[in-house]
Amino acid sequence: MTALPERTDRKLGLVIDLDTCVGCHACVIACKGWNTENYGAPLADADPYGASPEGAFLNRVHSYEVRPAGGDAAQIFHFPKSCLHCEDAPCVTVCPTGASYKRGEDGIVLVNEDACIGCGLCAWACPYGAREMDPAEKVMKKCTLCVDRIYNEHLPQEDRVPACVRTCPAGARHFGDLGDPDSAVSRLVVERGGIDLMPEQGTRPVNKYLPPRPRDEIDVLAPFLDPVDEAPGGFLGWLDRTLERMG
Amino acid sequence: MTRDPRPDLSPRPGDETRKTTCYMCACRCGIDVHLKAGEVAYIEGNRDHPVNRGVLCAKGSAGIMQHTSPARLKGPLIRTGPRGTGEMREATWDEALGIVTERLGRLRHEAPEKLAFFTGRDQSQSFTGFWAQAFGTPNYAAHGGFCSVNMAAAGIYTMGGAFWEFGSPDWERTELFMLFGVAEDHDSNPIKMGLARLKERGARIIAVNPIRTGYNAIADDWVGVTPGTDGLLILSLVHCLMRAGRIDLDYLARWTNAPMLLDADAKSDNHGLILRDEAGRPLVMDRATGKAMPFDAPGVRPDLNGRLRRAGWTHRTVFHAMAERYLDPGYAPEAIGPRIGLPPARIHAIAAELAHAAFDKAFEVAQDWTDFRGERHETVTARPVSFHAMRGISAHSNGFQTARALHMLQILLGAVERPGGFRFKPPYPKPPEAHPRPHASAQPDRPLDGPHLGFPQGPADLLVDEAGRPLRIDKAFSWENPLSVHGLMHMVISNAHAGDPYPIDTLFLYMANMAWNSSMNTSGVMEMLADTDEDGAYRIPFVVVSDSYSSEMVAYADVVLPDTTYLERHDCISLLDRPISEPDAAADAIRWPVVTPKRPGHEGVRGFQSVLIDLGARLKLPGFVDDAGKPLYADYADYIQTHERRPGIGPLAGFRLGEDGLTDGRGAPNEAQLDSYIRAGGFRVFEVPEGARYMKPWNRAYQDWAVSMGFYDTPQPYLFQLYVEPLRRFQLAAEGRGPHRAPEHLRARMALTHDPLPIWYAPLEDGHADPVGYPLHALTQRPAAMYHSWGGQNAWLRQIHGDNPLFLPIPVWEDGGFAPGDWARVSSIHGEIAVPVAPMAALNPETVWTWNAIGKRRGAWALDPRAPEAVKGFLLNHLIHELLPPKGDGLRWANSDPITGQAAWFDLRVKVERVRRPAMSYPAPPAQRSPVGRAPKLLRRQTRAAASASAAADADADAEKDETP
Repeated sequence: MTALPERTDRKLGLVIDLDTCVGCHACVIACKGWNTENYGAPLADADPYGASPEGAFLNRVHSYEVRPAGGDAAQIFHFPKSCLHCEDAPCVTVCPTGASYKRGEDGIVLVNEDACIGCGLCAWACPYGAREMDPAEKVMKKCTLCVDRIYNEHLPQEDRVPACVRTCPAGARHFGDLGDPDSAVSRLVVERGGIDLMPEQGTRPVNKYLPPRPRDEIDVLAPFLDPVDEAPGGFLGWLDRTLERMG
Repeated sequence: MTRDPRPDLSPRPGDETRKTTCYMCACRCGIDVHLKAGEVAYIEGNRDHPVNRGVLCAKGSAGIMQHTSPARLKGPLIRTGPRGTGEMREATWDEALGIVTERLGRLRHEAPEKLAFFTGRDQSQSFTGFWAQAFGTPNYAAHGGFCSVNMAAAGIYTMGGAFWEFGSPDWERTELFMLFGVAEDHDSNPIKMGLARLKERGARIIAVNPIRTGYNAIADDWVGVTPGTDGLLILSLVHCLMRAGRIDLDYLARWTNAPMLLDADAKSDNHGLILRDEAGRPLVMDRATGKAMPFDAPGVRPDLNGRLRRAGWTHRTVFHAMAERYLDPGYAPEAIGPRIGLPPARIHAIAAELAHAAFDKAFEVAQDWTDFRGERHETVTARPVSFHAMRGISAHSNGFQTARALHMLQILLGAVERPGGFRFKPPYPKPPEAHPRPHASAQPDRPLDGPHLGFPQGPADLLVDEAGRPLRIDKAFSWENPLSVHGLMHMVISNAHAGDPYPIDTLFLYMANMAWNSSMNTSGVMEMLADTDEDGAYRIPFVVVSDSYSSEMVAYADVVLPDTTYLERHDCISLLDRPISEPDAAADAIRWPVVTPKRPGHEGVRGFQSVLIDLGARLKLPGFVDDAGKPLYADYADYIQTHERRPGIGPLAGFRLGEDGLTDGRGAPNEAQLDSYIRAGGFRVFEVPEGARYMKPWNRAYQDWAVSMGFYDTPQPYLFQLYVEPLRRFQLAAEGRGPHRAPEHLRARMALTHDPLPIWYAPLEDGHADPVGYPLHALTQRPAAMYHSWGGQNAWLRQIHGDNPLFLPIPVWEDGGFAPGDWARVSSIHGEIAVPVAPMAALNPETVWTWNAIGKRRGAWALDPRAPEAVKGFLLNHLIHELLPPKGDGLRWANSDPITGQAAWFDLRVKVERVRRPAMSYPAPPAQRSPVGRAPKLLRRQTRAAASASAAADADADAEKDETP
């Protein structure tokens, strides 16, 4: 079994805004594109043009319909999901070979593919379903928080963010140090009441989700617009008076 | 604990980055294509680009899989088996182009109208139209007629520009944004970026759509309107705002035709026409002098309440006519609400919100400007309320009038071309009068007498012969659809098959899948394409198709001209065409071969535009050869750089040659222009000067800048047309008055629909389909990850949208006794399909819907015949006929908007019944043969450079392990 670091210097992670995510899947494909070319084995797709295509993705978007009690209009929420880089990451402690590990310097959870035997215990241990077995290489694939982008000396400073964050058209993804209370992401979490996903699992996820703002708050008692003049032909009279006043 | 491994934290994204323009949909975002040894390694958004500012959608990032798709055509093909079977043989370019040249040369010499050249999602229409004009056929258009022509035409006729490419909400200042009928598309990234900005700023979003997905899902408030009734909602809002006087009277008086004087006497032959002086200038009553004066006279104060009796006839203002119509209690929320499925209080509340945003949150922005009447202003008033709309309102047979109603609402609020409202993107605004009129006079061996498409001002501009018969194969600009400014591509095949109005010889299609998802009545169209006469000859004798992929249409081609992908060719996103500008800057852009098409297996593909240049030279078309008959252009790149549409005006406005070096706008051709664009990142931005950014139609500084840029040759100030007089001219013809008389059988419909003030009438299918027998409206939406790509050939995207159930509202699901995994028979007055279904609550209770164009024909797109797209995917198109049912008068009417010819996709009414699960969705046309072979069983997408680098790293690691004791 593999040990977690006692503490990490930083807690790098994502803050995902469920209020603005339109479910467009831009993050899913930017992630696939960067990570199939970079860290570790390519993200394979089995039966890619066939009856049951099954590819490895490190980030997926799920959509849920919510039917509020009381008969209000149903709502749809889009929920992007990838590894949450938990502080108490059960996928690491369950790993029999040390392939799964959490980095001491920034808290990123990675898989050392050379040491991975593809046993799948980590995927079983992860309560979020955030790991996927590569269908060709039979090693475990997971979000690397684009560790090969965020420190990449060949990228301009502004591009040293995960591919999903750089591409998101709806501004729904934010990256930073959640261990630093003064960081922009930490402040966003405080302002918007960011939440842990399934806190009862005790995994202490680093990634946070910003809840959707309330929808459909329709004030049924809102005042109607007052008519200018209820008298017959009154509108044109009002018009004349108003035009006169305007000069 | 062992030391953490040290992965490579700084891999190079590529050894080179090339900047070009995406073509995975119509947004035309800037992209950075990272290459490794000439192979595409990664595609991301260009941070400097005005459209997407660095972001990129799923389609854009998946472009790499479009480029490497196994469905790509590899070389020219010639049909060997019956049409539709896909039995083809490979051919050389010389053979394929020889056949096409011989055929087209004969047609041009005998009867050029026998060529019908129609392009689909073409982004080079100013070039393809130029080619067709030189050829001399009147039968050319692109896909706008079955897309959103209602939106474009209503916008241009009303205010000189529509939504999307023509203008944009002021995302930085709007306080209330209302979105009508937009799924997750048009335009994709800019709307997402805009919505995000509104959320960040705390602005409010109201979404009007029967389906609550995508953008509608994140709106603050959702109005789940019944399809086809948006116009009633809008006119009810207009009623509330007018009745309360919460409208911008000063704006209406100065900048719109509301104060223009209409002949108000029903007995007059000019009834409803605008009063003009002898010079033809519209007149208004001047409040200062009480006299009639030209609308543009210096110092005139147009009176909204003016009346004038002249030559025995009474005249009153457009505004009077509006008040009379829209103050009618028939438009009150109490009357409208029950008809559109909304409580009246919600309509009242939205009206109050609109008024509050427009008037209570108004503020002044300092801008010194002078209007076209010569009056100087120190500020512009901000009206922070804005709108956007797209196919949900336009793809109905009442869509033109609904889009007009929406523009009227914007204008009543004074929220167009002002800070916080809707702002035009140069070269728009541009009124209909500044566009060409349509042309269709074909003569052997001659070019057409002018551009194909344009904006008619009345019956005199129709393209009909002396007997009133249409001159175009699609019957565009005929009495049936007078303002069909984008043509009617969806009618071409059925008209050609019927020989109505005349038979054609060659159907030439580019980038249009008319044998599948781009046609109404898909099964019928497939039969028409393969139908033969009594002698066994095809009724449509010859079909030429250019496509990049093994599509359904390719199987019906006699000759296939394989196109490149967007990463392999030159293109220009031109200000002469569909621009990519922003409100504060015009912009144009290029594509260029960032990878070479000469990769193994694909040596045989050629960019379609270069092929057209070649064909133009072979046919010796004017404009394509010089006086000696020698080609003028080597290829499309050469054309882009050296073609001049007017002296000094070419496809690209940047880096032209001026007197003292490089210049923008007007200037001589520059043979190094594309190199300059490449060095500049693939695009060029032309900033609107500071004092010219608002009130563009009336702002002298803007008009002067537009002339300097070459958008037009003289200033073109104009007033917004709340009242569209050209429509009244058609109405007069329908009333049997004036010099032109509408055909008898069209008169009643034309008199009703061609109202010069916005109205609502029921979608035409409602007059045929019994609402009790067919109680549900059926819609499609474009998924964000597929729109305009329809990427069955894209291995990544098809894992997101590989099948498409028909979503049923909960009451329909429960009443029909449906359970998960069930299938349904869906019937319309035209046909039936059998499809998988799923329940959905966030949906108008009278609406069913599915994702558009996921279904594919078996054998197409190099997909496995058992792929879900082929066995479970389906098209609603089979249920939608291109003609309305017969009425017993011997005539058939197009299933289109009677004004513009817009395909009325969303008028569809259906019933839904549970059926036993069939083996596959119905109808199931037989599989087509794939000319490109089978796709691989496993993909490990990586460049060769990355694969060899990781192999080397593995070897190092193994060596290290070996050394470890």
